[in-house]
Amino acid sequence: METFLTYGSVFLTGGIICTIGQILIDKTKLSPARILTLFVTLGVILTFLGIYEPIVEFGKCGATVPICGFGYSLFKGTVKAITENGFIGVFTGGVTATAGGIAAAIVFGFLASLFAKPTIK
Amino acid sequence: MNTNLNISNSEYDDLISKKAQKSPILKNIFFAFVIGGIICMIGQFINDTLQHYGISKEHAACFTSISLIFLGAFLTSINLYSRLGKVAGAGSTIPITGFSNSIVAPAIEFKSEGYVLGIGANMFKIAGPVLVYGITSTVILGFIYYIFHYMI
Repeated sequence: METFLTYGSVFLTGGIICTIGQILIDKTKLSPARILTLFVTLGVILTFLGIYEPIVEFGKCGATVPICGFGYSLFKGTVKAITENGFIGVFTGGVTATAGGIAAAIVFGFLASLFAKPTIK
Repeated sequence: MNTNLNISNSEYDDLISKKAQKSPILKNIFFAFVIGGIICMIGQFINDTLQHYGISKEHAACFTSISLIFLGAFLTSINLYSRLGKVAGAGSTIPITGFSNSIVAPAIEFKSEGYVLGIGANMFKIAGPVLVYGITSTVILGFIYYIFHYMI
């Protein structure tokens, strides 16, 4: 039952975040690239304001898997690094926390492009 | 068909918006909600499985991102992610698999232009702005956070 509830809130949170994105695409003609940029920045700002943390506690991966979760990790890492190392954390924290994701995206992206053939659209 | 359109820009915009096909918004929202939700549930499942096998919470979160990025890259390279995107819209763009797709897709597309200026330079066409604005806003707000907590 507990698992069911957890996955329910994950589904709900992730679904709602994607729905907001879809409404923005349909209503404002913003391109997906702009939506991604907007959501990351929003994730950072909402984490800074302390609004995103409760959403993560409720939605778990439903809040961290969407791209605003990337912004959440960036700012959370910054706060952690500032607490541990002081001022230098302002610059080192964000990228340190997200380094795994960024490196994975670069490496898998490069490898995929080596093996995949471009398709004619 | 009158091809000699002698109208102002705003009139032209009105004409285009009238002629443009309306995308079925409710259907789009439904698929974005369901597919976005399912991708997040896959992430939760990977995360729970890793934690079950004794991996710490922080590392499990990191591995979850890496796994989903791998999944996004793999599905893009076999040309499945773009098909999913046609149905799911933002449901496939917003999750981290979509971020991965935004890196892999241009990398594959520009492969013919060479390994350095094709793949290397075009990989971050969409993900680049994401990193620029994400990291810039983090450093600025981190600076404000530092001032508020340690200076005042």
